[in-house]
Amino acid sequence: MSVVVQRGSVAAAAPPPEGRHTARFRLWMWFPLVLIVISATRVVTGADDISSAGTLRAALLAAIPIALAGLGGLWSERAGVVNIGLEGMMILGTLGAGYYTYHFGVWVGLLGAIAFGAVGGILHAVATVVFGVDHIVSGVAINIIAAGVASFLAEAFFKDLEGGGPTQSPGLDKPPTITIPGVADASADLAGRDWFLLSDLAALVNALTENLSVFTLLALALVFGTGWLLWRTSFGLRLRACGESPTAAETLGVNVYRYKFLAVVASGMLSGVAGAYLTVVASSGYQNGSTGGRGFIGLAAMIFGNWRPGGLLTGSLLFGYTDAARLRSGGESVHALLLIVCVGLLAAAIWQLKKRSFVMATASLGIAGLGLLWYFSTDVIPGDFTEMAPYVTTLLVLALFSQRLRMPAADGLRYRRGEAG
Amino acid sequence: MTPWMSKIALSLAAPLLAFVAAGLATTLVLLGAGDNPADFWRTILSWPENRNLVNILNYSAILYLSGLAAAIGFRMNLFNIGVEGQYRVATFAAAVFASQALLPGALNTLAAVVVAMATGALWAGIAGLLRVTRGVSEVISTIMLNAIAVALVAYLLRKVGSREGQAIVTDPIPESSWVPNIPLFSDSVTTFFGLGLLAVVAGVAFSVVLNRTRFGFNLRATGQAEAAAVASGVDVKKMVLYSMLLSGAVAGLIGMPQLFGASHQYGSTIQTGIGFTGIAVALLGRNNPWGIAAGALIFAYLTEQANPLGILAGISPDIIAVTQGVVVLSVVIAYEVVRRYRVKLEQQEVAQALFGEREPQEASR
Repeated sequence: MSVVVQRGSVAAAAPPPEGRHTARFRLWMWFPLVLIVISATRVVTGADDISSAGTLRAALLAAIPIALAGLGGLWSERAGVVNIGLEGMMILGTLGAGYYTYHFGVWVGLLGAIAFGAVGGILHAVATVVFGVDHIVSGVAINIIAAGVASFLAEAFFKDLEGGGPTQSPGLDKPPTITIPGVADASADLAGRDWFLLSDLAALVNALTENLSVFTLLALALVFGTGWLLWRTSFGLRLRACGESPTAAETLGVNVYRYKFLAVVASGMLSGVAGAYLTVVASSGYQNGSTGGRGFIGLAAMIFGNWRPGGLLTGSLLFGYTDAARLRSGGESVHALLLIVCVGLLAAAIWQLKKRSFVMATASLGIAGLGLLWYFSTDVIPGDFTEMAPYVTTLLVLALFSQRLRMPAADGLRYRRGEAG
Repeated sequence: MTPWMSKIALSLAAPLLAFVAAGLATTLVLLGAGDNPADFWRTILSWPENRNLVNILNYSAILYLSGLAAAIGFRMNLFNIGVEGQYRVATFAAAVFASQALLPGALNTLAAVVVAMATGALWAGIAGLLRVTRGVSEVISTIMLNAIAVALVAYLLRKVGSREGQAIVTDPIPESSWVPNIPLFSDSVTTFFGLGLLAVVAGVAFSVVLNRTRFGFNLRATGQAEAAAVASGVDVKKMVLYSMLLSGAVAGLIGMPQLFGASHQYGSTIQTGIGFTGIAVALLGRNNPWGIAAGALIFAYLTEQANPLGILAGISPDIIAVTQGVVVLSVVIAYEVVRRYRVKLEQQEVAQALFGEREPQEASR
C-alpha cells in the first residue's frame, strides 16, 4: 500500500523535466502559426480590425486583469487551496484602488488595492487553512461579502466627492505610460499598409511600444516572477509540495499551514492588483460591478493554462483578444474569428480521426459544419453572440483538452496537521 | 451538564456563534464608514408590517427553491454554481411558451412549468454531460454557462419580444393562465404568490427522494464516500448526470411564482442574482430541507428589512449583503469548530471510560 502511495506522490510532485521543455517549445511554436492564421484570415475576410494595433492594445488591456486574477488562482491552487473567491478579492481591489488613488495617487492606490485584496485573502486563508472549511463554500461567501462591502463603502467613500456618486468614484489619475520613440511611429506606419503578415506583426509591435502602461509591465513581471519563484526556488518547491502532497511535505519538515496561508494571502494580493489595473488602467475610475466576472474568467484561464504561468498568460490573452475583437467592430471581427474556429475544429477533427477517437471527431466535424453554415449565411454576428465568445471558447477548450489538464494532486482537499502516516 | 443537554447546547452553539459574528462584522463595517449602528439595528430588528411579512414570504419561497436546487448538487459534492443561468433560461422559455396559449387555462400553466423544468434541466445537463464525458469541472462549466445564458436570453428576447417603453418584453401570458395570489392579511396590499406553494411541494419531494428512495441513498452515499458508493455498485457518472438534471429542473421552478403571479411576461422585472443567493441559503441551511427553509426566511427577512435603511437611517441597504455573507462564512466555520470540540469531548469520554480515574493516555498512532 505504502509503495503505491509513494509512487503516486513522487510522480505527482515531480513531472519529468523534458515534458516541461517540450511544452515551452510548443508555446513559442504556436506564436508564428497564430500570427499567420490571423493574418491570412484578415486578408481573406477583409475584417481589418482583427489584427489592428487598436484591437491588440485593447486585447492586452482586457487580458492583464484576467491574467493577474488567474495568477492569484495559481498561487493558491498550487498550494492546494481552490480559490473561487478571486472575483470578490478583485472587487475589493477595485475599491481599494479607487479610494487610495483618488486621495494619494497611483502608487499608493496600488498598495491600497493590494491591501484590500489581501484582506479577502486572509479571510479565505483563515476559513480554509485554519478552520478547514470547504474551499468553494468559503469562496462563495467571500464573493458575497466583497460585493456587499464594496458597494456599501463606495457610497460612503465617493458619494460626496465632486464627479463621484454612490456607485462610482471621480475620474482617477492614470499610471505613467512608456512609448519607445522611433519604433512606435515606424510600426504604426507599417501596420497601416495592410501587407500580409508584416503589417500584423507591426501592429503587435506598435501595441507593445506605444503608450504601454507601467502597470502592464508590472503585471507581466509578476507572471514571469511567479514562474521563477514557484518553479526555480526551494520556496516554490515547498509551496507546490503543499498542493501536491501536504502530508509528504509535512514529513519533510515543511510548515504546511504557513505556506498555504501565505499562498492564499498572495492570491488575494494579486487579485487586488488585478482590481487596481481594472480601475486605473482599463477604465477611468472605480465603478460598482466593474469586475463583471473577470475573476471567474481568470480562474478559467488558469485551468486552461494547466496550472502554469505561461499557460495562464496564453489563456488570458486568448480571452482578452475575443473580448477586444467584440468591442472593436465586433460583428465583423467575430464573424471572421468564427472562420478561424471552424478551421481549427476541422483540424481537431482530423487529429481525432488519426487518434481513432471517432465520437470526438464526429462532434468536432458537426460543430465545424454548423459554424461554417452560419459563417456563409451571415455577414455579421449579433452583439449578444460576440458577448458569449470568450465563454464559449472556454467551454470548447475545456471540452476538447480537459483530459490533458492536471491539477495539483491535493487541490481542494482539506489538510490537518498530524494526519500524516 | 447531562449528555443530552450538552448535545442540544452544542447544536445551537454554531448558528448562535455565527449570528454574533455577523452582527459584530456588520457593526464594525458601519462604524468604519461613520454610520450609526444603533439606527441600523433598530431598523433591522423592528417587527415588519403585514405587507412586508408577505414580501418576506414571497421572497423566501423563491430563495427556498433556489437553495434546494443548489443543495441537490451539494449533497453529492457537485457544485452547481449555475442555478443563476438555469433559472434565467428556464423562466424565459416558460414565459414564451405560456404566451403562445397553445393550451387552455390552467393546462397552459402546468405545461409552462414543465417546460421551465425541462429547460433548466437541459441547461444544467450540458454541464453534467461535459463532466461525465469530458471530465470538465462543473464549477467552471456552470460559471461559463451562466454568462452564456445572459447573452443568449438577451438575444432571444430581442428576437421574439416587443418593445414596451424602455424595456423589451415577451408577449403577456393570457389572463386565464395566471395563477391567483393568496391574500394573507386583509389590510395588506401585497399578496402571496400562488405558485409560491411550489416551494412546499419541492421541499417535501426533496426530503422524500433524498431520505426514502434508493436514488437518494445513492446520491448521499456518493457525496459522503464516493469510493464506498462505487464499491457497492453505484454508477457515479450516471448519478452526476441525474443529479445535475434534477438540480436544473428545480432551478427552473425559481422564476415561476413571480412569472405567473406578478409579472406575467419576461422582461426587466425578472429578478436576477437569486441563483447565487440560493447557494448561500443552501450553505446556511446545511443542505437540509428544514435548514434551507430557515436560511431562506432569514435571508428574505434581512433583505426586506434592509430596504428602508436608506430612508430611515441614511445607510445604504447594500450593507445587508455583508451581514448575509458573514453569516454564511461564520456558520460553516462555527460548525467546524463545534465539530472539533465534539470530537475532543468524545475522545475524552472514551478515555475516561477506558482508563477510569487514571490520567487519560494519548492513544498511540
